[in-house]
Amino acid sequence: MRFAVIQFGGSNCDYDVHYVISEIFGVDCDLLWYKDGLPRSYDAIIIPGGFSYGDYLRAGAIAARTPVMTEIIEHARVGRLVLGICNGAQILAESGLVPGIFTINRYPKFICRWVNLRVENADTPFTRAYCEGQVIRIPIAHKEGRYVAGEDALKTLEATGRVSFRFCTPGGELLPGANPNGSANHITGVLNSQGNVMAMMPHPERASEEVLGSSDGKGIFSSIIRHVEEKG
Amino acid sequence: MYTAGLQKRYLIEVTTGMKFLVKITISLKEGMLDPEATAIRHALANLGFETEELRSAKVFFIRLDAESEGAARELATGMCERLLANPVIHSYEIEVLQ
Repeated sequence: MRFAVIQFGGSNCDYDVHYVISEIFGVDCDLLWYKDGLPRSYDAIIIPGGFSYGDYLRAGAIAARTPVMTEIIEHARVGRLVLGICNGAQILAESGLVPGIFTINRYPKFICRWVNLRVENADTPFTRAYCEGQVIRIPIAHKEGRYVAGEDALKTLEATGRVSFRFCTPGGELLPGANPNGSANHITGVLNSQGNVMAMMPHPERASEEVLGSSDGKGIFSSIIRHVEEKG
Repeated sequence: MYTAGLQKRYLIEVTTGMKFLVKITISLKEGMLDPEATAIRHALANLGFETEELRSAKVFFIRLDAESEGAARELATGMCERLLANPVIHSYEIEVLQ
């Protein structure tokens, strides 16, 4: 089993994700500079957070059009896993791997704080370590994280279980105060139609050790690892 | 015979037609939330400027070669569709200026 973390100019959570995969889980993980492309096939590719290309034009827009993304789209097409976190989520949306866009927060300010997420679908390669309806604590850190999608796209996402996480209260309720960036239907985690690509704004790698205040984010990485193990 | 130090350079003139200046305006679709515009409008109000509405947009001026005005417009449309605008939230307007 081998994972890859893609580094764009401006990625800044690349080492955090690499640390969690390789040190906490002991899984082989390559850090790949985007210009070098994919040197081999990988079981899972993670696009980490940061500010690729300084968020020029729109967050993730420029990175989404780099040649390595064509390789990642092919990697996804054949059913392998892709996880985009924060700027990685913006890149996945901009590249069309998941529908919608993560755009400027309702209150146009950078928000960095712990939030509660409700697991909406625990039957995905990224969330199987959780239970449906479980509330987990993971931090967010973004200015462009408000999820927007067309009415039809939202309906399809909701009807087909492709919403993985929603912002909620500690008790799991979807109250207006528990939607920090104003995302449509509180959505902050979405899947593609095949279910092998997930984009999420919160940072599970920042919540993977108790010493950091929560290890609730570990479940995402352990889900991916178990999925790959079982698929062989 | 090859002689070290001697270099031949071929200059190929490519006739690509005319030069155009294209103005592309990317704006949020009607009804889309524009938090930055709201903040700017509030700041203007703090300075005593009362406004009824404020919308923001991004403008690109692009100089390019094309066979015709129609071809220039087509190139600009491709740029909007593939990079400059995101169809989920944006609409775009293309003007060929020169």
